Amino acid sequence: MDKALFESLLRWGDSPLVLSQQLAAWCGHGPALEEDLALTNVALDLLGQARLWLTLAGEVEGAGRDEDRLAYLRDAPQFRNVLLVERPNGHYGDTIARQFLFDAWHYFLLERLAGSADPRVAAIAAKSLKEAAYHVRRSSDMLIRLGDGTAHSHALMQASLEALWPYTGELFVDDEVDRELDARGVGCRPESLREPWLAHVRAVCAQATLALPDEQAAFRPAHRGGRQGRHTERLGYLLAEMQHLQRAYPGASW
Amino acid sequence: MSAAAATVPVAPARVMEWLAGVSDPEIPVLSIVDLGVVRQVGWDGDCCVVTLTPTYSGCPAMREIAQDIERELQRRGIARVRIDTQLAPAWTTDWLTERGRQALRGYGIAPPAERAVDVSGIVRRRDAPAVPCPHCGAARTTLVSDFGSTACKALYRCDACREPFDYFKPH
Repeated sequence: MDKALFESLLRWGDSPLVLSQQLAAWCGHGPALEEDLALTNVALDLLGQARLWLTLAGEVEGAGRDEDRLAYLRDAPQFRNVLLVERPNGHYGDTIARQFLFDAWHYFLLERLAGSADPRVAAIAAKSLKEAAYHVRRSSDMLIRLGDGTAHSHALMQASLEALWPYTGELFVDDEVDRELDARGVGCRPESLREPWLAHVRAVCAQATLALPDEQAAFRPAHRGGRQGRHTERLGYLLAEMQHLQRAYPGASW
Repeated sequence: MSAAAATVPVAPARVMEWLAGVSDPEIPVLSIVDLGVVRQVGWDGDCCVVTLTPTYSGCPAMREIAQDIERELQRRGIARVRIDTQLAPAWTTDWLTERGRQALRGYGIAPPAERAVDVSGIVRRRDAPAVPCPHCGAARTTLVSDFGSTACKALYRCDACREPFDYFKPH
């Protein structure tokens, strides 16, 4: 089995999967019908992307696990999503800030992976990139609208940004798996995504009249480890909800 | 190869014509061929192989489309049908046929006003062409929401007749 590729496929799939689960919780609770529709449609895109990644992960692993078994029958330490997507939905501004930080990273990640030497990886990334481009344009606009909105919305967005900021450093820390796949031309080093990500985040925050938090605050070791399977407590609760049906009724299907 | 070809019961072009009668489950006036998701029809022995390229990654209609294809071809007498999925090149609204675009307009959904959106820009373009109202044809319309009733559509409002309408996004 190609361990580094399997590991990376889980990383690329688990983040959209967990974020999709979080966004789905907004269904019926959005602050306006249009926002409700938008968040759940983004959730649907992310879920579809996660399914493609996890299906391929199962094939690469070759142990008979399909997308469903990988999504529903792994425990938290086997998940490889970034911690950012585990942060609570909070109020709508929190959700938008999290989406903005994630979308910008996801866009640059997929852009790189679309050039992967592995055609299966490139195909999923190229397809997902079209959706991610749409997502990041929307969440960037929303950040500007709320940040540069009323004094109240501005204060809320600034607080959201600062609360989430410590979780962004992890998006750009390489490990051995990343370096191996990068050397093979299949994956990329997360560190290489930091510059374009920061440039976009800086530009949008400036337009949103939001102050960029201290860059170093994003690189505290306490706020990383998701990609290696060390998660925050919240992931357990998220999975309990997401996996309940398969755990309670193994093999249940539509 | 020639022996295999001789056993082909129905020409792929004929199968394609039949598939043109299968509708998109979300937009019944649009056939799956006009939607541009049918990449290829071929035979693997006595099994008819239809290759599809999914629209959006999470579109729930894709599963239904596959089932509808099987049902239609079986109704036409093809016993064995297989649906293959091909991701690359990714589906684009540039593959919508002119007939498909007209069907959308007639159904009250504005077809894409431009070629597929360039993914190379992370920032929203401000020079996107106007989306004419499918009801009254007025050029002045306003984006209400980036997403409409499905992932492939955005929500617009006509500034002239004031009617809301769905826009099939360039993708």
